Amino acid sequence: MLVARELTKEYQSGARTLTVLDAVSFDIPQGTFVSIVGPSGSGKTTLLGLLAGLDTPTSGSVILDGADLATLDEDRRAKLRGEKVGFVFQSFQLIPTLTALENVSVPLELRGERESPAAERARDVLGRVGLGDRVGHFPAQLSGGEQQRVAIARAFANQPRILFADEPTGNLDAATGLRIVELLESLNGESGSTIVLVTHDLGLAGRALRMIKLADGRVVP
Amino acid sequence: MNLARIAWRESRTTRRRLFLYMGSIAFGVAALVAIDSFAANVTQSVREQSRSLIGGDLSLTSRGPLPPVARALVDSLRAKGAREAHVTSFASMAVDRRTGLTRLVQVRAITPNFPLYGAVVTDPSRAWKTLDTQEAVVVDPALLVALDGHVGDTLALGYGRFVIAGTLRTVPGDAAIAAAIGPRVFIPEAGLAVTQLLTFGSRAEYKTVLGVNATPALETRLRNRLDTLHVRVQSATDTDTGLTDAVKRLRNFLGVVALVSLLLGGIGVASGVRAFVRRKIDTVAILRCLGATTRQILLIYVGQAAAMGLIGAAAGALLGVGLQFGLPLAIRDFLPVDVDPHLVPGAIGFGLLLGLWVALWFALRPLLALGSISPLAALRREYGDEKLREGRAIFPALVLAATVLALSVARAPRPRLGVGIALGIGVVLLALWAGAVALSWLARRITRSGWPYVIRQGVANLYRPANQTRAVVLSLGFGAFLIATLYLVQTNVLRELNVATDASRGNVLFFDVQSDQALGLDSMVGRGVVETAPLVTMRIASINGVAIGELQRAKKGAAWALRREYRSTYRDTLVGSEHVVAGRWFGKDPPGDTAELSLEADVAKELGVTLGSRITWDVQGVPVPTRLTSTRDVDWARFEPNIFAVFPNGVLEHAPHQVVVLANVPNSATLSRLQRAVVDRYPNVSTVDLTLVRDTIGRIVRKVTLAIRFLALFSLALAIPVLFSSASTSRRDRVREGVLLKTLGASRAQIQAIMLAEYAALGLVGALTGVLLSFAGAWALLHFAFESSFTPAILPALGIALICAALAILIGVLGGRDVFAETPITALRAE
Repeated sequence: MLVARELTKEYQSGARTLTVLDAVSFDIPQGTFVSIVGPSGSGKTTLLGLLAGLDTPTSGSVILDGADLATLDEDRRAKLRGEKVGFVFQSFQLIPTLTALENVSVPLELRGERESPAAERARDVLGRVGLGDRVGHFPAQLSGGEQQRVAIARAFANQPRILFADEPTGNLDAATGLRIVELLESLNGESGSTIVLVTHDLGLAGRALRMIKLADGRVVP
Repeated sequence: MNLARIAWRESRTTRRRLFLYMGSIAFGVAALVAIDSFAANVTQSVREQSRSLIGGDLSLTSRGPLPPVARALVDSLRAKGAREAHVTSFASMAVDRRTGLTRLVQVRAITPNFPLYGAVVTDPSRAWKTLDTQEAVVVDPALLVALDGHVGDTLALGYGRFVIAGTLRTVPGDAAIAAAIGPRVFIPEAGLAVTQLLTFGSRAEYKTVLGVNATPALETRLRNRLDTLHVRVQSATDTDTGLTDAVKRLRNFLGVVALVSLLLGGIGVASGVRAFVRRKIDTVAILRCLGATTRQILLIYVGQAAAMGLIGAAAGALLGVGLQFGLPLAIRDFLPVDVDPHLVPGAIGFGLLLGLWVALWFALRPLLALGSISPLAALRREYGDEKLREGRAIFPALVLAATVLALSVARAPRPRLGVGIALGIGVVLLALWAGAVALSWLARRITRSGWPYVIRQGVANLYRPANQTRAVVLSLGFGAFLIATLYLVQTNVLRELNVATDASRGNVLFFDVQSDQALGLDSMVGRGVVETAPLVTMRIASINGVAIGELQRAKKGAAWALRREYRSTYRDTLVGSEHVVAGRWFGKDPPGDTAELSLEADVAKELGVTLGSRITWDVQGVPVPTRLTSTRDVDWARFEPNIFAVFPNGVLEHAPHQVVVLANVPNSATLSRLQRAVVDRYPNVSTVDLTLVRDTIGRIVRKVTLAIRFLALFSLALAIPVLFSSASTSRRDRVREGVLLKTLGASRAQIQAIMLAEYAALGLVGALTGVLLSFAGAWALLHFAFESSFTPAILPALGIALICAALAILIGVLGGRDVFAETPITALRAE
C-alpha cells in the first residue's frame, strides 16, 4: 500500500547541509495500523509530509497505492490526496468559517460530488463519531475533543485508502486522547483503511500493529 | 457549482473584511461614473441645444453687414423657404436717464423673429413681444441693479432713447458667463439706426441666423463661397460650439482625478487583499491537504474577490450617479448649455466593468500567492509565510501595466501624453522600490549595538526576513505621490485662474475711441492715463509670398489665425504684461523697406511662422510687408489692452485707427462721474470698469474653484483608508510578535517604541519619497497636459508627507494598543 525507498531529506542552512531524513525505507501493507515514533526532531513530521505527498524528498521515492509520488506534479498529488488520503492533525486544522457539517463535506465537494449526497454522507460520518447533534456548530463552539472528532469525520468522509494522523492526541487530555485513538481503531476496523499514526507517546504507539522507530533521521530497530 | 458553494461558505466571517478591501475601488468607480456621465450629459445637452445655441440651423457671422455675394446666397435660400433672423451685437455705454448712472452693456439688436428656435423668457412675460412694435429694450436684471433703475425707466444708448420693458430670465444659448463683460440689452433692429452707434470701424458682430435644412452639402457650399469673404459659417451640428477652453481644461483635470482615484483604489485593493491572503494561509493549506488543486483554490478566492469587487464597484457607481447629479449645480454658470442630468447607462456600465477589472487584477497578484501555499503549512506554520511569494506572478503585472497604459492613454487629453503618464508611473514605482531597498540596506548598516534595545529591534524589523519594507514603502509612497501630485496640480491650476482677479495697472478701459477724440479724452481723464494704444484693423494677405487663400486650401496654419481680423498697435517699448521669448525687440530702430514685426508666441505657432518669416498685411486695402523679428509671451489674464501683432513706430500712423485708453481712477465716485461725462461727450466711446469685470470673473472662478477643490478633496478623502490599509498589511504579524514579547515580559512602552521605530522609518521614507517625486509629477502634468507653469507649494506638500507618515505611525501605535488589548493566552491560542 505504502512503500518508502531510501527516502532522504536535506535542508540547506547557509553553507551547511542538514540531513533530516537519511535513507529511510519500509513497506506498509493495506489495512494495517502503523505508528511512527521518535523524540522531537527525529524527523517524524518530515517523514509524514513526504509519505503523504505534501513535500518532495531530496532523493528516494514514495509509492502510494501503486503511484510513484515523484512522477506526479503538485496538482496530481492534490487529486490523489483528495481521492485516497485522509489527514488528522495535532491542531485539528478545521476551517474556522465552516460548520462541522460543512468542514466534513469539503473533501467530497472538492471531488465534485453533489451537495445533498455529500451533506448526507457528512451527517452520517459525524453521527458515527458521536457528533450527530453538533452538525451546525462552528469549530470555535466545540471542545478540543469534539473538534478532533470532526477532523476524524472529515478524514473518513471520502473513505480514504490511507489515513495519516500527526500527533492527533497532542492537544488533548489523556482520557479524551484515548477515546480519539479508540475511534481511529474502530474506523480502521470498519473501513479497512490503512492508518499511519505519528506520535511521541509510546503508550499510544503501542496500540498499533507495528511501530517504526525514528532517531536522528534513521529507522532504528 | 461546488466551488462557488465552498467559496460562499468559506467567506462567511471574512466577507465584510474582503468587501472593505475590494470596496477601495468604489471611489475610483464613483469618480469615473460621475465624470463620464457628466461629460455625456454636457455633450448631449450641447447637441440638443445647439440649434438654440446659435439661434437657428445655420449662422453666418461677419464683422460688417453681409457682403453682396453672401446676401445673394441668403436670398436664394429664402426663396426656397428658408427663414432668416438677425442679431447684431456690440458693446456700448448705457445711461439710465432717471438716475443718471452708466454702465457698459452688450447691445443685441434683433429682428422680431429671433430666436428661430427656443423661447426667451422675460419678466413680465409679454415684455419680449413689445420689442416688435415699440422703441423698447429688455435687459439683464443685473443692469437695473447697477443703474439703480427699474422697469419703465428710459435707457439712453448713443443717441437713441428706449423704454425698459422688462428683464431677461433665460435666453437660449446664452451662458450666464456671457454677462461677465456687461449685462445684455436686447433692442429691436429697427432701433439701431437712431443710436448712431455703428460708425466706421466700430467693433460689432453681425450674425444672420437661418432656419433651413442644413445638409452637409449646403454647409460645404456656403463655407467654400464665404470663407474668403471673412464670413464664418456655423451649423448646429458643430457639437462643441461654445465649449470653451476652460471647460476642456476642467475636463482634462477631471480625467486626471478619475485616473488617480482608480489607481488609489487599486492600491487599496492590492494591499488589503495582501493582508487578507496572509489570514488565509492556514485554510488554504488545509484545503490542499484535503485534495484541492491550485485551480480550485484560485477559483474559490478569485470568486470571492470578484463578488466583493462587483459589490464595491456597484456601490461606487451609485455614489458616482449622486455626484453626477450634483456637478452641474456646482458649475452651472460655467457651462454654455443647461445641463439636464440623467442616467447614462453606458458610463455606469463602463465604470462598473473597468472598476471590477482594475480591482481584480490588482487583487490577483496577491491572490495568486495562495496557489503556491504548500499543504505542509498545515503541519508546520512557518512554511506558510515563506511560500507566500508573488514574485513569479508576471502575467498579472503585465496586464496591470497594460491596463494603466490603456487608461492613461484614454483619459489623457492626448495619446502621447497618456503614454508619458504611464511611463511616469513606472518610473515612480521604480524609484520607490529603490528607496525601499536603500532603507533596508541602510537599516542593516547603521544599526549600532550601543543603541537602546527597542530601537535596534524596531530598525531590525526593516531588514529581517519577510520584512514589510518594500510593500509598505511602495504603497504608502505611491499613495503619497498621487495625493501630493493631485494637490500640486490643483493649486497651480487654481492659481492660474486666480491671476484673472489680480490687479492690473489700471482700473478702467476706454475703447472704440476715434482717433480725433483721443486728445479730448486724454484731457478729461487727466493724470490717470496709464497707457494709450492706437488700434489698426487689418488682415493677413500673404505669408512668405503665398496668398492667404492658398494657405487655407493647403491647410497650412490654423484657419482661425489665418482668417481673423487683427487689431494691431504700434509702439517702441514692451508693456508690463508681455515679454520677448524669441528674437529681438525692435525698439526705436527706424523701419526699412520691410517693417519689423512682433507676434504673440501662440499666434505665431498657429500661423506656422518663424523668426524671419515675411508676412504681408492687408491694412484696409493697403498692403504692408513685414518681417517677423520677435515673438512675445502675453499674460492675457491681466485685463489690459493686450495685442497679437505689434508694429514699430513709423509704419501705421497714417492708417485709419481707433484708440484704446487704460486709465487708473482713484475711487468709484470719480469713476462714475467720469463715465457719465465721457458718455455725454462721446456716446460712441465704451468704458469697461475693470473692477466690475474682475468681480464677475472672480465670482465664476470661485465657483469653479469650489468644484475643483471638492473633487480633489474627494480623492484625498479616499486616500486615507487606502493608505491605512496599505500600511497595515502585516500589522497582524507585528501584533503577534508583540504579544510574544509581552509574554516574555516586555512593557507596553517598550513594545510601542519598537513598533513606533519601525513604522516611523517606513512612514517617513515612503511619504517623503512619494512627495518629492510628486514635484516632478506635478511639473510634468502641468507642463504637458495643462500647458501652464508650475510653482512648487513646498509647505503644503511637506504637510501631506507628514500626514502620510503620521498615518503609518498611528498604525504602529494602534498595533501596540492591540497587543495590550488581549491577554497573551488568547493571542497565542488564536495561532
